Amino acid sequence: MTFMNGIRAGISIAIGYFPIALTFGLLAKTTGLSMWEATAMSIFVFAGAAQYISLTLISKGVDPILIVLNTFVVNIRHFLMTASLNEKMQPDARWKKAIYAFGVTDETFSVLATNKSDTIRTPFAAGVILISYGSWVVFTAVGHVIGANLPEFLQAAMSIALYAMFVGLLVPSMKGNRKVMLLALFGAVIHSSLYWSGLLSTGWAILVATLGSAILVEMIYAKKGSAS
Amino acid sequence: MEKWYWWMLLGMAVVTYIPRAFPLTFLEGRELPLLVSGVLRNIPYAVLGALIFPAILFVQEGNMLFGLIGALAAFALAFAGANVIVVVMGSIAVLAIYSLIG
Repeated sequence: MTFMNGIRAGISIAIGYFPIALTFGLLAKTTGLSMWEATAMSIFVFAGAAQYISLTLISKGVDPILIVLNTFVVNIRHFLMTASLNEKMQPDARWKKAIYAFGVTDETFSVLATNKSDTIRTPFAAGVILISYGSWVVFTAVGHVIGANLPEFLQAAMSIALYAMFVGLLVPSMKGNRKVMLLALFGAVIHSSLYWSGLLSTGWAILVATLGSAILVEMIYAKKGSAS
Repeated sequence: MEKWYWWMLLGMAVVTYIPRAFPLTFLEGRELPLLVSGVLRNIPYAVLGALIFPAILFVQEGNMLFGLIGALAAFALAFAGANVIVVVMGSIAVLAIYSLIG
């Protein structure tokens, strides 16, 4: 569980961030942000969905305060992820945890949380986060500078990367484990129904679906446990 | 852009950081009730389900078939026992070929 193991485990994230960051840099340019402004957002915020939405809102001339509020709503799901991750992380000094907490995204969380070992060591987490963050920041800048996208077929094909990674992380844990299968299934079904009914915006929908599934399955298994 | 951009960026950075940092620092060294830690241990798999669906179907706007093919490729590779990087590269390759011939 060294730093280098972490770097290796983070490579699929770095690959997945590449086309998204590139496009973000390009879109930021067309929105009128300078290279520094665009890259600074990737450096200080490091949250893909929220950054994309902010560009749309900036171009529509939405009040910056509302953009900040929207960012909060979109990213509040990380609260659940870091609370969950905390159960698995090696106990460590608060200041160290405060530093790597910055790098917890949907993707880094997924890689860390599905890791086979019981405890995640801090250097491993640092490796996963650093290569992901590096890819995100560098390719934001590159996208702005070259101001062009990948060839269309490649751009389209690469848009599957992060989802394929989520699948690749989920399936091995799912094999022969009904609880994991139920958790993923409920998460998917609740999120999909919230999406298609238009009841909640994406940020809240993921949070509600995750928490709903996690609680529901825990209750089912608690009942099973007491019955046997 | 003017000054407001940098203030907005500061705000975005702060509101994104707080939900990330609060649990990791505040909960350090605390024992949680069994039921709560049980729910927290379930989060990774519940969140993966919610992150994959329905978004994987929308990777290309207006063409759900594209996402569906990608999803099938990813699940097929993963169930066959491929490791994560192979699942990622394989799914990209399948969709690249599909775009080129389609």
